[in-house]
Amino acid sequence: MRAMVYRGPYKVAVEEKDIPSVEHPNDAIVRVTLGAICGSDLHLYHGLIPDTRVGTTFGHEFIGVVEEVGPSVQNLKVGDRVMVPFNVYCGSCYFCARGLYSNCHNVNPNATAIGGIYGYSHSCGGYDGGQSEFVRVPFADVGPSLIPDWMSDEDAVLLTDALPTGYFGAQLGDISEGDTVIVLGAGPVGLFAAASPWLMGAGRVIVVDHLDYRLAKAREFAHAETYNFAEHRDIILELKKATDYLGADVVIDAVGAEADGSFLQHVAGAKLKLQGGSPIALNWALAAVRKGGTVSVLGAYGPAPTGIKFGDAMNKGLTIRANQCPVKRQWPRLFEHLRNGYLRPSELVTHRIPLEHIAEGYHLFSGKLDGIIKPLVVPGAS
Amino acid sequence: MPYTADTRRQPPSRDELRNRIPGWGADLDPADRPSVPREKHEPTGAHWDFPERQPENTPRERSLEHKFLTPVFGTTAPLHGFSGAIRRFAYRRYSEGQTPHWLLLLAGDRVDAWESHLRSLATGRPDNPVTQTGILAEPGHRPLSSRFGRNRADLKHAWMDPVMVGGPWAAAAVLAWVGARKLLTSPSRR
Ligand SMILES: [Zn+2]
Ligand SMILES: [Zn+2]
Repeated sequence: MRAMVYRGPYKVAVEEKDIPSVEHPNDAIVRVTLGAICGSDLHLYHGLIPDTRVGTTFGHEFIGVVEEVGPSVQNLKVGDRVMVPFNVYCGSCYFCARGLYSNCHNVNPNATAIGGIYGYSHSCGGYDGGQSEFVRVPFADVGPSLIPDWMSDEDAVLLTDALPTGYFGAQLGDISEGDTVIVLGAGPVGLFAAASPWLMGAGRVIVVDHLDYRLAKAREFAHAETYNFAEHRDIILELKKATDYLGADVVIDAVGAEADGSFLQHVAGAKLKLQGGSPIALNWALAAVRKGGTVSVLGAYGPAPTGIKFGDAMNKGLTIRANQCPVKRQWPRLFEHLRNGYLRPSELVTHRIPLEHIAEGYHLFSGKLDGIIKPLVVPGAS
Repeated sequence: MPYTADTRRQPPSRDELRNRIPGWGADLDPADRPSVPREKHEPTGAHWDFPERQPENTPRERSLEHKFLTPVFGTTAPLHGFSGAIRRFAYRRYSEGQTPHWLLLLAGDRVDAWESHLRSLATGRPDNPVTQTGILAEPGHRPLSSRFGRNRADLKHAWMDPVMVGGPWAAAAVLAWVGARKLLTSPSRR
């Protein structure tokens, strides 16, 4: 089969690989019909996530058709059209029993601090991902769901990570009616995180980024006020002025380890890989939130030390909430919001890239060229 | 406005928000939010208390903070070579709580990339920095107008990317050239 293969920082290829086989009785093999590149794949691509091995296939956002099932699979059959959450999880451990699917204890031998994620380094379990023609899906009776007939493929693939993660981030913010919410980052997850607070009764949503075309999307898609931090000498001060010198009730960090905004910190963290990434976005979140407010962290950070201004978090009495999204818990409610037309995820798709050209897709997405917001990956096309 | 108890400006009315934003307030009741409360048991489809164990066909490294090898695990890219030795040491010697664990894993990643580049030279399909970096996508995707005149914060360090990616290749080429020259010229000197 054809599959994207990591060849080292900033380098990927498409190579011939063996079709994955059933390695556990509850495995399924899924033929991928549509995949995506995620902003967090860029952390892998740039070599920031520890134990990212040459030869692995990325891709934790994909949908497909069941090609083969293991002997203990009861809920899926060959030919089913399925959407697969980015989480690999067992459904039965201490954490899964409490709905914390992204924190499963039975699927990632390499680390206890994180669960399993398709195509996201050995730090997340060493699973190959869906930027390929076929993928092994463990616990087929637990993770995948049938794609409803009324749902488009593009909406379905955005429901495997980006939309539920943004929606979950707004929930972590514990939003009350009338709240002012600041979202840092206008990538796909940030845009979904900015559209979601309205559902929970927010009174204002403010999005901060430095890419003008994405801020335009934030105004149109998420009905948000926007700030381009590159146009202000001190963005925190601007945000304070905009929030009556109090700060926002809730700040959502949808940026993570590769934040821009401070040249030195970006270069030390993201380019030279000296820290667990750059702490800029998280520090801005701690600064822009009001005393007693809540910071919700969706951005991915590496495990190595970062320079976090934690003293402010204590002195301001903040609540900091963070997690990888337990995707499947979000689906029933999100399906309703899609049917009602409240959320229209596929509006963020800008590029559809054939798998054979995925190196170019990574380059465009990494360089933020050509107005790119969300690139999908199409196997078999050329 | 002075700092009083109601210093915060009032948000727009419910009606105004509902008119402007489709779905405003649909999840106003926290009970409608799927991850509230955070911990909640729901049926998952699992029909086991503990999953069957996936066979361990090649020795599988694991975190010291795990009591045992998890019943299911990924099998892509098993440890090998010098990078494999570094990574194996990181897993065997240090728990996740210790910084050397992660720094060694990052070091293993850098070594892995170089090992793989060198190994690829011995195959029929050596690494190709031109196709693999995707720079062929530049023409046709607005390389100039996407980058310039737009106040992008990342332009200040974007010049470092080609240096970081191409630098080691250029250095290797220079070293090879110098080495080859030495080799060719040394007999005549004697
Ligand atoms: Zn993702
Ligand atoms: Zn579990």
